[in-house]
Amino acid sequence: MALINIKNREVQIKIVYYGPGRGGKTTNLEYINKKYKQQIKTEMVSLKTQDDRTLFFDFLPFDVGQIKGFDVTIQLYTVPGQVKYNATRKLVLRGVDGIVFVADVQKEQRKKNIDSLNQLYENLKIYNLDLFNIPFVMQYNKIDLRQSKIPTLSSKIMQKDLNSLIKVPALEASALKGGNVILTLKKIISMTLASIQDQIF
Amino acid sequence: MMFNKSQLKAIDKVISTDLIDAGIDYVIFMDMAGNTIAKHDNGKNNLDSVAFAALAAGNFAAVDAMAKLVGESEFSLLFHKGKKLSIHFSKVNDDTLLITMFTKDISLGLVRLKVSEAINQINKILVEN
Ligand SMILES: Nc1nc2c(ncn2[C@@H]2O[C@H](COP(=O)(O)OP(=O)(O)OP(=O)(O)O)[C@@H](O)[C@H]2O)c(=O)[nH]1
Ligand SMILES: [Mg+2]
Repeated sequence: MALINIKNREVQIKIVYYGPGRGGKTTNLEYINKKYKQQIKTEMVSLKTQDDRTLFFDFLPFDVGQIKGFDVTIQLYTVPGQVKYNATRKLVLRGVDGIVFVADVQKEQRKKNIDSLNQLYENLKIYNLDLFNIPFVMQYNKIDLRQSKIPTLSSKIMQKDLNSLIKVPALEASALKGGNVILTLKKIISMTLASIQDQIF
Repeated sequence: MMFNKSQLKAIDKVISTDLIDAGIDYVIFMDMAGNTIAKHDNGKNNLDSVAFAALAAGNFAAVDAMAKLVGESEFSLLFHKGKKLSIHFSKVNDDTLLITMFTKDISLGLVRLKVSEAINQINKILVEN
């Protein structure tokens, strides 16, 4: 739930990057952090293992300026994607306003994408949230691998696997190279802002 | 981080004789990524230790990051007190943590003493290999 301070005219929105391990969630935030260095006042917090896997979360707060007289801050989080960290993932989802699902287009990750999305559905229920009714953007990441020898899935298959029921905006991206990272971010921000419109504006 | 069989056996022995036999309910020796290396209990608890270890690792990482923010190199010891059960975290070395859970039947002072003895012994075992 967005934190809305009518008195100070401030709004804080929490967006969580969710998805299977090694899908590129942290890489998305790292790219955003690099790209918007001037607007980001604090350092990105990354709680990770020695081999750079997210252990708890990455955190990146981000000012988007004034919208209809409100100072809007976006807080970006990632979850740890490894299967064994589900208890931790649930914690990070508390208070979420919008979700980016970072799926991995590598063929061998196909089942992991689907399992992760199914588990997200279950995890959201804990907070009385419905996957079908929360601002949500699908990101098919590592699209650059289509140029390599590594087998990848077509976006048609990705859509069928992950997006045939929820039917949310989906983008192909390369978090590593920056492709569509910002577009994904803009999309989820605008959807999330639209969803809380009624509460404030 | 790798442990050989004899190290693991020796660690098991330290945990069961020094900690469980002293009245501590539950002990988990784990790495910083939340993987359990050794775990012992007195049979009175049934705990989801996978989830517990993962959360403990996250918690420790978060406290560590807080320490850095306030200019401390680390908070090497953490303690959470509950009505019935308390939890004590301590760092064994840069890669591992020892977590103990205990009830009011045993004093915090004794737990700290026993834990610090156990940590010394575990560190000895780890360098021996
Ligand atoms: N080729 C390619 N590699 C990528 C891309 N995005 C991320 N990677 C690589 O994939 C690996 C995992 O990326 P992370 O961002 O750490 O993945 P994550 O989703 O945060 O993983 P967890 O923290 O374990 O959940 C790293 O080696 C990245 O460099 C991409 O768009 N293309
Ligand atoms: Mg990560």
